[in-house]
Amino acid sequence: MMNRIDLAFKKGQIEKRPLLITYTVCGDPNKKKSLEILKSVSEHVDIAELGFPFNCPQADGPDIQNSTYRAIENGINMKQIFELVKNYKRYKNSKPLILMGYYQIIFHYGEKKFVKKCKEVGVDGLIVVDLPWPDNKNFAKLCKKNSICFVQLIAPTTTKKRMKLIIKDSHEMVYQISMISTTGKKLKVSAKEIIRNNKIIKRINPKKNVVVGFGITKKTISSLKECDGLVVGSAICKAISASLKSRQNPVIKLNKMVKFLKNKII
Amino acid sequence: MKIKRGIPLIDQHDKNGFYGGKFGGNYVAETAIQPIKDLSNLFEKLRRDKKFLKLKDHYFKNYLGGETPFFKLENLTNYLGGAQIWCKDVSAIHGQAHKGYHATVNALICKAAGKKYIVGDTGAGMFGKNLAMAARELKLKCKIFMGTKDIKRQAPNVKFMKDAGAEIIPVDTGSATLVDAVSECMRYYVSNCDTTHLAVGSAIGANVFLKICAYSTAQISKELKTQVIEEFGEIPKMKLVNVIGGGSSAIGFWSEFIDYPKKHVELIGVEAKYCAPLTTNAKLAILHGAAQYCLTDKNGQIKETHSISAGLDYPGVSPLHCFLKDTGRARYCSASDEQALAAFKLVTKLEPSVKPSLEPAHCLHEVIRLAPKLNQDEIIIYNNCGHAYKDQKIIKDRIGYFPS
Ligand SMILES: Cc1ncc(COP(=O)(O)O)c(C=O)c1O
Repeated sequence: MMNRIDLAFKKGQIEKRPLLITYTVCGDPNKKKSLEILKSVSEHVDIAELGFPFNCPQADGPDIQNSTYRAIENGINMKQIFELVKNYKRYKNSKPLILMGYYQIIFHYGEKKFVKKCKEVGVDGLIVVDLPWPDNKNFAKLCKKNSICFVQLIAPTTTKKRMKLIIKDSHEMVYQISMISTTGKKLKVSAKEIIRNNKIIKRINPKKNVVVGFGITKKTISSLKECDGLVVGSAICKAISASLKSRQNPVIKLNKMVKFLKNKII
Repeated sequence: MKIKRGIPLIDQHDKNGFYGGKFGGNYVAETAIQPIKDLSNLFEKLRRDKKFLKLKDHYFKNYLGGETPFFKLENLTNYLGGAQIWCKDVSAIHGQAHKGYHATVNALICKAAGKKYIVGDTGAGMFGKNLAMAARELKLKCKIFMGTKDIKRQAPNVKFMKDAGAEIIPVDTGSATLVDAVSECMRYYVSNCDTTHLAVGSAIGANVFLKICAYSTAQISKELKTQVIEEFGEIPKMKLVNVIGGGSSAIGFWSEFIDYPKKHVELIGVEAKYCAPLTTNAKLAILHGAAQYCLTDKNGQIKETHSISAGLDYPGVSPLHCFLKDTGRARYCSASDEQALAAFKLVTKLEPSVKPSLEPAHCLHEVIRLAPKLNQDEIIIYNNCGHAYKDQKIIKDRIGYFPS
């Protein structure tokens, strides 16, 4: 059976365009609004990444941190996050959903319980920033067993030898970190270099869908169209912060922004 | 879970970096994996390299000032009327705290790696100050991450860092203390790991960072062992009492004595009351790249802590201490702000030559509690790991004076 994430990539291949993947933090700016944002942007995105907040993150830049702190201040927890995902998944326009976060929250919840709950509410994939290969082998297997795609990460610092091993253990989707950075920094490498790295990864196994994230904005997105998918995170969190500051409705603002991003890559 | 004899504690991890199968590890972002692997290979090479060891010893002797004193606290001993109380006065080191050892070794490693930039976290400002000074000594560019709350309360050290030419990056997230400074510093490393060496301020973090730290502070117990044998003609039955923040001073104070039976050399760690994961049976959690006992809330978020001592204001603790606790080799207890201040008052009144900073003042509380219950032939050694100059204002505000 084909996973919903795989189906999304098939669609992209047929339409000859990269997938648009957005990242928002669950509970930002509050629980109700974050579900509304998720539903609203689903009109344009292909896969939705949803962050589960952790207050000592190792790879989040300031924009995602702001979103995270807002969500934590609102008292968000995994129980509420799973409920929200369940609600979202009932929505007719819902897209494949990937939960993303740090291992402490999963560890605290209990690995097995966490994955079981993911399956129950309809989570399609998981990204765990600080559970690198090979330490994630058992957890990735557990995900696979429960039809959840465990997304392996590859960075510019990853050696070719390691890349091959990671890809061997990867599922439908692989995440290429564009540059040596936390999220939300300006792209400090050229699109050409990112695409060159992307091709190196693709050549190892052309069947894997390799998406690129970190530093992707309205300005940079069109230069990376050749990739299988593009993740926009900080730019979106930043827009939520901005809309709160100017007392605009983030739902409307985000819908417009995501539509704009989509138009840049089709 | 068991400690192996004859193998340094820092080397008792499995291939994934876990002590006792569950403490430590390498919970880091993929971007940092290869740089950390490179650092680990370099460190393992350097610690077996005669030239590097000579260089390290040269800096320890000529830059940090060589062996720190070991002496009896006669007045305190007589006053309490029990065990003999001895002091290993690490605060006599250039840099005035044990942080000088791992700051210097990190700067030397940075140099050996061919990197020009070094970054580190600090709470009390002791590691920040020592790293800034070591960086100046070795002509490295240095950034120090420090919580804004700590920048205010440890102002004398902020001045030292600035004077040494370091850039201070204020961290205003979360509780604006050490835990946030470490998070921000590690994030900076993820963004700059190709050019920058990360020096972690305590025996915490991914495997190689805690190893470098504990390897360096081990100098304390190497000296102590010689001094104790010189004084007593043998290793007598003794208790080694040390404060625990992240645990770098304690691990360095104890490392040469791990293989002695507990009844012979007892190891006692003292945490700050509201930052006491080991004393309060906190849950295992993943923080700053390692699994450790750590204060968390019901949702698994890392808890905010409160201590008068910036160096102890941290929710987690070194995986090495978790290992020592669960194997029963060391025991841990805690002291409150008030107890630390009362201990400071008593000790500085009786022993004008020692000026413990608020961190070691915490373990003096336990020393004062224990000593009267023991016989006069029993020996307590306490690590005076930091000098009080940095806490002058806090102490004056709280007890009304600062001893001259
Ligand atoms: C003098 C002194 N002692 C102790 C500590 C606590 O850290 P650790 O337990 O790593 O020695 C600090 C931290 O800044 C310190 O400055």
